[in-house]
Amino acid sequence: MTMSRIIAVARAVASKDLRIEWRSRVMTNQVLPFAAIVMVLFAFALDNDGILQRVAPGLVWMATLFTSLVVVQRSFAVEAADSAIDALRLAGVPAQGVYLGKVAALVVQLVVFEAVLAVLALILYRVNVDVHGAVLLVTTCILASLGIAALAAVYGGLSVVGRGRETLLPLLLLPAVAPVLIGATRATESAFGSDGARVVEGWPWVGLLAVFGAIFLFGGTLGFGPLTDE
Amino acid sequence: MSNATTSVPPPTRTVATRNLGLIALGGSVVLAMLGLFFTAEDVDQGSSVRIMYVHVPTAWVAYLAFVFTAACSAGHLWGKKHSLNLDRLAGASAEVGVIFMGVTLVTGSLWGRLSWGTYWQWDPRLTTTAFLFVTYVGYLAVRGLGGTHQQRAKRSAIVAMFAVLEIPLVHFSVLIWRSLHQEATVLRPNGDVTMDGLMLFTLVFGVAVFTTIFAWLVLHRNRVLALLDAVELRGIDAALAVRRAEEVTP
Repeated sequence: MTMSRIIAVARAVASKDLRIEWRSRVMTNQVLPFAAIVMVLFAFALDNDGILQRVAPGLVWMATLFTSLVVVQRSFAVEAADSAIDALRLAGVPAQGVYLGKVAALVVQLVVFEAVLAVLALILYRVNVDVHGAVLLVTTCILASLGIAALAAVYGGLSVVGRGRETLLPLLLLPAVAPVLIGATRATESAFGSDGARVVEGWPWVGLLAVFGAIFLFGGTLGFGPLTDE
Repeated sequence: MSNATTSVPPPTRTVATRNLGLIALGGSVVLAMLGLFFTAEDVDQGSSVRIMYVHVPTAWVAYLAFVFTAACSAGHLWGKKHSLNLDRLAGASAEVGVIFMGVTLVTGSLWGRLSWGTYWQWDPRLTTTAFLFVTYVGYLAVRGLGGTHQQRAKRSAIVAMFAVLEIPLVHFSVLIWRSLHQEATVLRPNGDVTMDGLMLFTLVFGVAVFTTIFAWLVLHRNRVLALLDAVELRGIDAALAVRRAEEVTP
């Protein structure tokens, strides 16, 4: 009973978040161009086709992390505005549902951004992906996004309740997602075949991403309620 | 509002903590003598090995501090009373831990410059330590978010629990990251050195001294934090009254 209620709330929150983003067009008109310009700026900074090709996986994930900060801040700015989070709390719905819904919406948005960034890497940095690599890449994107979103939703929840919050999120989130950066970059290296890496070498890193995502999804489900319920 | 917030805060000094402070001070002097004059130079590293007597104890104390913070946070979260004193102890311990970890990083990179020829190595232990430092700087920032004391306590306790989850994951992932990308080139500072008796004693003595300093600092910081909370709750007058009452009875 409770489980189905949590899932129902999660679905409602996720679809609300995605509908807001779809209608406001902030993501497509502002964040997506930001992600693209970051990829172009990397090329200016490194200024060497060979190096770009080799470090492309790292650049894709650095750009993803930067973009995720904007996405998460926006996801919770929506709740802070007009005290929407209070309305959510007054609705008497389980906090786990709100958390899982937030995470789901974040995962969808992050996967979209990663897809765009990966395509940009293919075009701008001239990397190649075969079919096996593409499967690895898609799995990596989904699991890495889950890990980032699971943690980011908790720390984003903090930013709704406290003062001086915008600057706090990067400080809390970036060190914590270092394992995601390491795992996702190595897996993407295998998918892109950078430095002669083979696709099979990427799968153990996907395991690391899965463990990370599972731990923090569990921790966040427990911690989000007490954190925002004040 | 719980009782802890309205009760009279403890005085900022007691005979016990004064004695503890004296022990810490005396120990520091003895440690400095031992480390600087009585212990021998290292065969390879010369006098630079003396940094060890500060570097290793501060690292140890910083880890101890973060474990203590986690324990106090867990005690706050799962304790029946949700004790604010445990929350303040967690905060005090994290503050002291961050300072000691900063000292560890600085002394470590100076020592690294002298013995490895470089300030920084992407060694798993170093990297994890740097992450730990940043994570607890973040924890302290969360403590400063504002709100009521119970809000602050619950919030920071949860963040402390997350930090405890993060650190093993970061360490593990950095470990496998390094093992794939670099052969073991880092010259282990102590690994291949057989330590003579007095050096080992000085090191252990250093750990004891710094642990005493840690305890002394945390006790005092905890009292100051309690007074700060009292100031917020009851205004400056009440806090002043407490201090004046102390003046009468030495």
